[in-house]
Amino acid sequence: MTTNLVVLAILMFAVTYPSRAIGLLTPGFDMLPKIVFDYLQLVGPAVLAALAAVSVMVVVSHDDVPSFHIGIEWVAVFACLAIVARKGNLFLGLVAAVAIVAIARAAGLAAIPT
Amino acid sequence: MSVIVFAGAAQFAAVGYVASGLPWPGIILLTFLLNARHLLYSAALAPWLRSVPFTRRVVMAHVLTDEAFALTISHFRRLGQRDEWGYWVAAIAVTFIPWNLATMAGVAIGAQIPDPARLGIDIIFPAAMVGLAVGLITGRRELVAAIVGAGIAVAVALVSSPSVGIVAGGVVGPLVGLLVPRAVAHETAPLGTAASAEHYSMPGIHVEPDGSVDPPEGSDR
Repeated sequence: MTTNLVVLAILMFAVTYPSRAIGLLTPGFDMLPKIVFDYLQLVGPAVLAALAAVSVMVVVSHDDVPSFHIGIEWVAVFACLAIVARKGNLFLGLVAAVAIVAIARAAGLAAIPT
Repeated sequence: MSVIVFAGAAQFAAVGYVASGLPWPGIILLTFLLNARHLLYSAALAPWLRSVPFTRRVVMAHVLTDEAFALTISHFRRLGQRDEWGYWVAAIAVTFIPWNLATMAGVAIGAQIPDPARLGIDIIFPAAMVGLAVGLITGRRELVAAIVGAGIAVAVALVSSPSVGIVAGGVVGPLVGLLVPRAVAHETAPLGTAASAEHYSMPGIHVEPDGSVDPPEGSDR
């Protein structure tokens, strides 16, 4: 890890720690309106889904122009989703996703990202 | 990063986006959004840990993760009282140390892998994000928030940039999810509850919503 990434890690800590500490260190925090907690409950799934969708469906060209992408990655991610939903096993889902992409690329059915 | 930040999903996201050149402000905002759910955990644990000295609660907060919350809340409910040592075991011995050992192993071994794209290693990031999202979906509100968040993220990313799209999806998706009436949300395990703790806890531990705990099958109790 370079020194730069240590700075990034410290900044990430600075925005993570308050979420963990406010409830434990602030008296009465658990008395906030329920709508606030309802919103927070939904942030995790929305952000994670957004990260995954953009990673798989959007590619950025060398001149910084985003475009819609369809590829074997969709199948791999959907397979992982299905396995985690049915078996509750993320590791198994990741292995399946990697295997699908590796086999498709080895067989020449999918392009290797540059 | 595993020591300082100690947040799996945010670290996965940060590593992926550092590699792809996303500007730091975007990574930091995403980290904040991803880890905002910890507010729920700290609020749920606060009544149990209120009498712990302030300085120790300051340290406790740093090691509060999904897994530490699950193990701790189920342990406290089983005992019917606070057990500070139980918290440290769950948060540090069971979670913090193994996570950092595994990170070091990855650093040592990862560089030995030739041409990772050919092996499909690049799919781990989006697949892990989807898998972690599935683990947080406990009702229709979460499902709607995830689907709308993903849709908005892609749409906005295509007309602006991926980082703006992700933030837009992460902020707007939950707002749309809140529009699902509670009566039809079919919420099964809201974060910060006993049902959620069971969802994340070790196999064999069963936490009833009223706080009682069934012993693992085959145990003497």
